[in-house]
Amino acid sequence: MSLRADQIERYSRHILLQDIGGKGQEKLLAGRVLIIGAGGLGAPIALYLGAAGVGTLGIADADMVDVTNLQRQVIHFTPDIGKPKVVSAAEKVRAINPDVTVHPHQEWISAENIAGFIADYDFIIDGTDNFATKFLINDACVLGNKPYSHGGILRFDGQTLTVKPHESACYRCIFSAPPPKDAIPTCSEAGVIGVLPGVIGTIQATEAIKYLLGIGDLLTGRLLTYNATSLTFREIRIQRNPKCPVCGSQPTLTELKDNSDALNVCELETT
Amino acid sequence: MKLTVNGETREIAGTESLNIDETLVTLKVADPLYVTVELNGTILEREAFGTTQVKDGDVLEFLYFMGGGGQ
Repeated sequence: MSLRADQIERYSRHILLQDIGGKGQEKLLAGRVLIIGAGGLGAPIALYLGAAGVGTLGIADADMVDVTNLQRQVIHFTPDIGKPKVVSAAEKVRAINPDVTVHPHQEWISAENIAGFIADYDFIIDGTDNFATKFLINDACVLGNKPYSHGGILRFDGQTLTVKPHESACYRCIFSAPPPKDAIPTCSEAGVIGVLPGVIGTIQATEAIKYLLGIGDLLTGRLLTYNATSLTFREIRIQRNPKCPVCGSQPTLTELKDNSDALNVCELETT
Repeated sequence: MKLTVNGETREIAGTESLNIDETLVTLKVADPLYVTVELNGTILEREAFGTTQVKDGDVLEFLYFMGGGGQ
């Protein structure tokens, strides 16, 4: 694949970068990223990856745009209320960059369908709002050997971690099992400052771009935490846990299961 | 004893050793049932909280679930 004249112009600020150049931009255009969740985190992720010219973006979410989303889910506009989030998100990405092929998947991710979804992509991004899906994404990516980015936000705090299965710590190396339903407050119950997913999601998008380019150091083996109130970032070194139920030396989790007890952390928000 | 907790120095007066469960209570950690504890770089099994002692100079990280992001 070689770049067209209009692409050389569109991506000129990338091409100028020594670590990207024309060859790197071609890698991005050939790249395939699946974004699970088209909400707070998914919004900046999809906008920036689309603008960057990541050639194929899958966006999975079964939800509709709600007025309470608009305080932070910047890919959805007021006239989009009531529209499927994946349709709204796909329209914006295509409007930003017609080079991008967007695959909107208007369904909930489950143990049944996740392996089929992730198989088609190079890098997976967790932009979901519930622990059931967060753990499922981790397990599917570890078992399917797909690199992925975890992101989570609450109130004024965020965290993110990139996982290269069997090379770096996974989400279950830190948190061995989902918390019981209702144990941890949700964004709808506890609130979230609207700019927070912009910070964390943009970091997650950066990781996808670096992975596709094969440059730099990924956020593996370290959990990045962010507190907006004190404006502090912290990095906590995380070693692989030999007793991890999915990537440890004697895994107990060898097939995908829905973590139904932990379902729908932020479900209340739209009801 | 002095501990480094999530990057900050915390002084626990009047004792030279506590187990993890006692430390969580003493430091008033929120949601102690759901916090992951890393002691000097190693993540601890929850079952070991009662039998693992912390001592002066130890480095603790309390890691919390953050589930939001989508809706």
